[in-house]
Amino acid sequence: MNTSAIVGAIGRVLKWAPAVIFIVLIATFASLSPRFLTVQNLGAILVQSSWLIVVALGINFVLLTAGVDLSVGAAMYLAAVGVCLGIPEAPVWIALLASIVVGAAFGAVNASLIVRLSLPAFIVTLATLFIGRSLGLFFSSTRIVYANREIADFGRAALWGIPMPLWVAGAAIAVSWVLLNRTALGPSIRSIGADAEGARRVGVPTKPVTWGVYALCGGFAGLGGFVSLSQTSAASGAFGQNSEFLAIAAAVLGGTSLFGGRGNLWAPVIGAILIMIVQNGLVIIDANPYAYPVITGAVIFIAALLDSIRSHLQTRLEKRAVRPAATDAAPVFNSVATRTNR
Amino acid sequence: MTSSVSTARVRVERLAKSFSGIKVLDDVSFKAYGGRVLGVVGENGSGKSTTMNLLTGVLPRDGGTIFLDGQPFNPSSRRDSDAAGVAFIQQELNVFPNLSVAENLFLLHPPRRFKGLPIVSRRQMTARARELLKRVDLDVSPNALASTLSAGERQLLEIARALSSEARVFIFDEPTSSLTTRESARLFDLIRRFRQDGAAVLYISHNLEEVLELADDVMVMRDGRVTLHTESSGLSVGDLVLAMVGRPIEALFAERQQISAADRTPVLDVTDLGAPGVLRNISLRVGRGEIVGIAGLMGSGRSELARALFGLDRHQAGAVRVNGQVMPAGDVKARLSAGVAFLTEDRRHEGLMMNASVADNLALAALPMFSSSAGLRVDDRKLFEAVRELATRVNLKSGDMRTAPVRSLSGGNQQKVVLGRWLLRGPSLLILDEPTRGVDVGAKQEIYRLLTQLADSGMAILVISSELEELIGLCDRIHVMRRGELTAEFPRGRFDREALLRAAFGQAYAA
Repeated sequence: MNTSAIVGAIGRVLKWAPAVIFIVLIATFASLSPRFLTVQNLGAILVQSSWLIVVALGINFVLLTAGVDLSVGAAMYLAAVGVCLGIPEAPVWIALLASIVVGAAFGAVNASLIVRLSLPAFIVTLATLFIGRSLGLFFSSTRIVYANREIADFGRAALWGIPMPLWVAGAAIAVSWVLLNRTALGPSIRSIGADAEGARRVGVPTKPVTWGVYALCGGFAGLGGFVSLSQTSAASGAFGQNSEFLAIAAAVLGGTSLFGGRGNLWAPVIGAILIMIVQNGLVIIDANPYAYPVITGAVIFIAALLDSIRSHLQTRLEKRAVRPAATDAAPVFNSVATRTNR
Repeated sequence: MTSSVSTARVRVERLAKSFSGIKVLDDVSFKAYGGRVLGVVGENGSGKSTTMNLLTGVLPRDGGTIFLDGQPFNPSSRRDSDAAGVAFIQQELNVFPNLSVAENLFLLHPPRRFKGLPIVSRRQMTARARELLKRVDLDVSPNALASTLSAGERQLLEIARALSSEARVFIFDEPTSSLTTRESARLFDLIRRFRQDGAAVLYISHNLEEVLELADDVMVMRDGRVTLHTESSGLSVGDLVLAMVGRPIEALFAERQQISAADRTPVLDVTDLGAPGVLRNISLRVGRGEIVGIAGLMGSGRSELARALFGLDRHQAGAVRVNGQVMPAGDVKARLSAGVAFLTEDRRHEGLMMNASVADNLALAALPMFSSSAGLRVDDRKLFEAVRELATRVNLKSGDMRTAPVRSLSGGNQQKVVLGRWLLRGPSLLILDEPTRGVDVGAKQEIYRLLTQLADSGMAILVISSELEELIGLCDRIHVMRRGELTAEFPRGRFDREALLRAAFGQAYAA
């Protein structure tokens, strides 16, 4: 009984881990540089985060089903190449929609391979990660592609004082919120993540839902690619590279589990901002550029570690709940209680 | 069957089902009527759950027809049977701990806010959830996470979910196995209400007295067939038990020479073994050359005992001695070096490499014995000789051992490969959990013969099985396990199926 109380307490503490990391990071960077804790810089961090927020929101759906998508970086690049080369003169809103379509189509390929052929998502998306990037390099002849004027302006524009990238991120959050909390899709996704076979038994249409989740993830990645493109105006062959790991780390850092079923809408948002705080802070305190990947790697490791501990505790707690003590909950037939009715 | 009701709510005719060539259901026909409860009983593996899975479309059927209120009914998934008003409360709870109570209730068809738009109305969902929870007397908040519910509460939640669609048939698969007395009483009240409302209730249970109390009609299954299907009034628990087991033992088993347990040197000696909530006060001895069986219902703690004995789970109290040597709790390695072997109930997790050849699988454990001192070179020819000899010893039937993958073997032959591999180590104590599950009769016989031979050569053997006849035919002694305790012991010669079943089901049947 004592251990379960301790386990519960540790679980509650871990629930607040993202908030604790948040505060510790901000305090550290603020003490190291006076330029860090300014309204201007904090605003800049948010704007820098917006593309990662969008991509991580997409991957969040996949993680909730206990799946994984390693190919979002490639989807971002393909969307950028498609927009820059395919429809170079297009108005910005058309370009935005087009990048979602390209990403979703790419995601749909993943989805079909995973669902129809029952292949492991890890392998499928690892393959499409390379295929997608190579296709992009093929179309661009490995040259840098440039966004048109309108797109580049979009990345720097603001509406009612709020930069456009943040509006897009906000819209992505709103769409995710509705899907997760106000449609049957949300509980279906989480039921699959908790127990895919159980979900199938109950009658959840696991295959269509899984398919949709990977297509959705691709669509969000395409949109994230567009946001990033609008901010940088150009995409080299390395555009979006490694962003799959940043996005997964963001979602997990915020509290979504790699093991499926556990997590919420805000996890990827908070996690993405956390990661950008680290990157921004390192720049501001003039850290050695070679230290960036080390620190980012450490952040990903911490995210995975926290998740693993949380999941371990969870299963321990649930095991107790599911399997009652043999002595007090075994079937005891109370014949008196039932005989009275006859 | 009854004159008061004209057409059956559920009529099942000649239902059949096989799993990988083994017939589990054969010609199952029965009827269930609206306003009546049909109790379904049978030993583990008699086909009760499979029948219900076919009835609700969880599994596809191989043959037979199902009628629902006279109409042909062909569900291909739970969605179909739910939609048709057939509610199935499964033994394995399908409650998702990471969803809220209300989300669990309305997982498939949440109430919509606007017509035509798939947007959920949270307010309506909560309100309707509250209503359903009230109907099953479950006092929890609709917004509480299901992980905060007790096992019994989850069961009630599962029933509430069945109510969320208007059901005309309710199927309960051992609903009380995780309920406390009070919760069971509540459930029975509910079932009576369903019956009053005109629904047909199919009620599967191991608790025979419970079934006789509750059911208007009873159906007994054995080996995938219906052996008794009649009104329950006038039936006794004894009648049911007889219909459940009444079959002569075929000549599957070899003769066992009688040596009293006291005259044997103990190999396994367990005293007061305990693990909180799972095992209590287990004392048990298995001597040289002795076969001891553990009988008990599913969930009685049989497998947990085996796992604790082999050190896969830690025990908290008592001692396990092998050949006089105390085994530390949770230490598998110590058991291995003391000469203990353990065959779990699941071959796939047994370490069989399904795609590798039979020879490779057999040789795995023997490799160290045939490698040079440096361990770099293996004497292939000698190794293959040993493997071939082993295959003959366990009477393995396979194609070319060097090319045929283990996957291609029948369940019985796969089991022989596992068994053979353990034999290479020459264990002094062999623990088997359900050694013949999913194995056809011919292979069963060979496994029995092999086990008998091993015992005659001095090995101590502990067998856990759901099949009473297997234990009766094979063992020198049988312990009965119930609720984590060994409640009765029968020496060979005093084996009696009814007495064993009574002990497994509880003292209520002693009279």
